[in-house]
Amino acid sequence: MIRVQQEDFDVGAEISNFVGSDKSIGALVTFVGLVRDMNDGDAVADMTLEHYPGMTEKMLEQIRAEAMERWPLSASLIVHRYGRLAPGEKIVLVITASAHRQSAFEANEFLVDWLKTKAPFWKHEETPEGARWVSARSSDDAAAARWARDSQKQ
Amino acid sequence: MKILYFAWIRTKIGLSEEVVELPGDVSTVSDLLDWLRQRGPQHADALEDESVVRVAVNEEYAQLDAPVSNADEVALFPPVTGG
Repeated sequence: MIRVQQEDFDVGAEISNFVGSDKSIGALVTFVGLVRDMNDGDAVADMTLEHYPGMTEKMLEQIRAEAMERWPLSASLIVHRYGRLAPGEKIVLVITASAHRQSAFEANEFLVDWLKTKAPFWKHEETPEGARWVSARSSDDAAAARWARDSQKQ
Repeated sequence: MKILYFAWIRTKIGLSEEVVELPGDVSTVSDLLDWLRQRGPQHADALEDESVVRVAVNEEYAQLDAPVSNADEVALFPPVTGG
């Protein structure tokens, strides 16, 4: 399942809902991305996440479907926020669950790496030096490229 | 065609979206970018460096040689920075 929302989320509640009554899950990996108070050497006062409604949901669902196909997962969840966020606030939640830990760990890392390079979100941050759009990092591209196995998609 | 602009491409052009009627000789993403650059100095500036322009046609990533028509929704945006 995927959700794109402005509101904050409660990690504990998300995990409870996610697991439900499924007793086959032996490993659950949770990733939470937070707004940092520093970026590229400057203090960040506030951040606004812009997104492309429609395509965002479509890309997140494609990425999630690919993870479900590549690893034997019981379930996976992506929640991504947009709008104005202060340092310390949660931006993204990725939960992966499987019978054994290796798949849950790998699939979680895959999802985070791929959503960072494919899901249409853009960070705009306010710093003492002025407001600016955050530049994409080549290290994020390199992280996503590790998972490429063929030329399908994009 | 409906064209959407996001992030600094939106702020440079000064529009979040516009509806255009394509001339007959615009049939690919690459043609569209060339044509848009001639719409004015802001378009030309925002779309100058193709290496930092990502394109989606009907909400799917598209390459420069992908076909486009007036019925499509095209989005132009910089490399994404979510997560």
